[in-house]
Amino acid sequence: MTATEQPQEKRIFAVVVDNEPGVLARVIGLFSGRGYNIESLTVAETDPTGHLSRITIVTSGTLMVLEQIKAQLARLVPVHGVSDLTQEGPHVERELVLVKVAGGGARRIEALRIADIFRARVVDSTHRSFVFEVTGSTEKIDAFIDLMRPLGLADLARTGVVAIARGAESM
Amino acid sequence: MSVRTMTGAEMIVKALVDQGVEAVFGYPGGAVLPIYDEIFKQNRLRHFLVRQEGGAVHAAEGYARSTGKVGVVLVTSGPGATNAVTGLTDALMDSIPIVCLTGQVPTHLIGNDAFQEADTTGITRPCTKHNYLIRSPRDVASTIHEAFYVARSGRPGPVVVDIPKDVQFAAGVYRPPEEVKHKSYKPRTRPEPQAVEETVALIEAAKRPVVYVGGGVINSGPAASRALRRLVEATGFPCTQTLMGLGAFPASHPQSIGMLGMHGLYEANLAMHGADLIIAVGARFDDRVTGLLSGFAPNAKKVHIDIDPSSINKNVIVDVPVVADAGKAVEAIRRRWSARGGRTNYRAVEKWWREIAKWRKRDCLKYEHDDKVIKPQYALERLQAKIAGRDDVYVTTEVGQHQMWAAQFLRFERPHHWMTSGGLGTMGYGLPAAIGVQVAHPDALVIDVAGEASILMNIQELSTASQYRLPVKLFILNNQWMGMVRQWQELLHGERYSESYTDSLPDFVRLAEAFGWTGLRAERPEEMDDVIDAMIAADGPVIADVQVAQMENCFPMIPSGKAHNEMILGGMEDPEAEIDAEGMVLV
Repeated sequence: MTATEQPQEKRIFAVVVDNEPGVLARVIGLFSGRGYNIESLTVAETDPTGHLSRITIVTSGTLMVLEQIKAQLARLVPVHGVSDLTQEGPHVERELVLVKVAGGGARRIEALRIADIFRARVVDSTHRSFVFEVTGSTEKIDAFIDLMRPLGLADLARTGVVAIARGAESM
Repeated sequence: MSVRTMTGAEMIVKALVDQGVEAVFGYPGGAVLPIYDEIFKQNRLRHFLVRQEGGAVHAAEGYARSTGKVGVVLVTSGPGATNAVTGLTDALMDSIPIVCLTGQVPTHLIGNDAFQEADTTGITRPCTKHNYLIRSPRDVASTIHEAFYVARSGRPGPVVVDIPKDVQFAAGVYRPPEEVKHKSYKPRTRPEPQAVEETVALIEAAKRPVVYVGGGVINSGPAASRALRRLVEATGFPCTQTLMGLGAFPASHPQSIGMLGMHGLYEANLAMHGADLIIAVGARFDDRVTGLLSGFAPNAKKVHIDIDPSSINKNVIVDVPVVADAGKAVEAIRRRWSARGGRTNYRAVEKWWREIAKWRKRDCLKYEHDDKVIKPQYALERLQAKIAGRDDVYVTTEVGQHQMWAAQFLRFERPHHWMTSGGLGTMGYGLPAAIGVQVAHPDALVIDVAGEASILMNIQELSTASQYRLPVKLFILNNQWMGMVRQWQELLHGERYSESYTDSLPDFVRLAEAFGWTGLRAERPEEMDDVIDAMIAADGPVIADVQVAQMENCFPMIPSGKAHNEMILGGMEDPEAEIDAEGMVLV
């Protein structure tokens, strides 16, 4: 069976890297240069004393490609470690979205009601708009956005997935 | 220890000296003037001035490949750095350890489109193993030491260190190499015992084994070649080599079945196709080696020894991955195999050798000799005859037909004596690489087997060899065509020879003389020996312009997208029918 005939799988990789210029470009360049998918990518410094950042990448590919992605990430010189969170046991994943809904009347009330069901927080409010903050799985956020669309969805910003393994072990 | 401060440029030179560097290949320019000033003031480092920065990287590659040391390049910002890009990519593909220092515009001008500014770290990120931009004199020494560590550790490769001019002038405290430890990069070199055990079990059971060795064995050092030889001799298995692996196992050894791949030997490719066990050592299942992937070694269990985990399962799914240094892995496997009784399926392997002997009898490199025109194969046969038995001969090549013929007809008995651009296929590699080899081995016979098209790509380096009195020999197989392009056009594009004729060629003899070289020419087969003798005997550099048959094709050949058993052989027989019959027997 050739690579293209194999089924695609989704994976979440957590990558701990030196927080120095060019590291993110290196990771992104690896994905574009070798033709891998990036569904989402988040990065921020997680250890200021050790100058380490953690990158969370959601990607998809065949098993052969996913194995390559992990190996290619691991061999980058500033990479300290790569975890395949999907493979290596249970994990939790969360995404945050800011959703701006504009409009008035019944649609405004309906938006607030749905926001309450989703445990969204109102982080900005004017007479003509709300900005909701929702945290949860990608599916939950997709569902919230779909519901807001007919209610005056004006703008949105998503963080992409961050994820961490369950239990006491650290990366 | 004193805490005397030095300028960045002083620290750079001291760091190179402390790393054991003796030769630097480079070209000065505005953004590296402070470093060149320091080079002027000392006599530990020898600087070799090339004629274009691309030549500097290839020279450093030749130096590195023939010594096992890190090759060092020094170029200026902007065009200096961009000219180095091809060489860096070449070194990345062939896993050659290079440290390339590039000048950069002063820190405060970075990003302002300053004169001779280029985003060197951005441009070289995908074509280096790693790169650095030094922003503070504090980091100069540690970054250079780290660059050397990264370049030579694990799977070797090129590392760029970009150094702004203000950092070269600024004062800082030097740190010696011993104080610099890398935080994250610690490649695994010892094999996992479980993988060794599984390999040994496969060795014991194999009926049709092949050991397939690549450039990783050469990178691992001469001990790896010795360990490989011990394992191959102890097991009695056949051993084939990749283009990059030539010399890792002696060509004249009875168990060597020669080079495999697109222009590899019939016996090597059919052995791979029919094998039930392939032990890949420091080789990467490159597409020139495997041919059509779905038809590659269909019945073989595959063991893959590689220091780079990303090489495993990249092209070919393997049964036993062994992530380790090639030499250490081979030695561990041999010891464990001996400890378990040193058994093989002796009878089956003997039968396998009888099959291989049949394929060998085909004599796939056979060609039609011509009394009037020099066949390129004949020229190389005569060259081989003249250099046979000498252990001070180093050969580089350019890229194309002549390169494949050189790989087929010249015989390498030891590692580090064959330098060729395998992965990237860079025309113009051979002459500067030969210069680098000659710098490392001043008394050796260094021959660049070239084509007339490739050699023109870096012809300016003739001047470098003249300047440093480097007696390199250019052996040009001049067929007046870009031979490999012409061959593909003949075989695959209906003989439409689009732009592959090299018109308006220089008179290479007079060109040689213009640069202070000796120029020789051979036009008829009977002149071949005299020209080779004169070339070898000359004290200085020589161009031997060998006028060869123009339309000769390089066979055997596995056409692109075909499997090993679909090889085209040369000669007068009908190859198709023959191969089909062999293929039927095998599959």
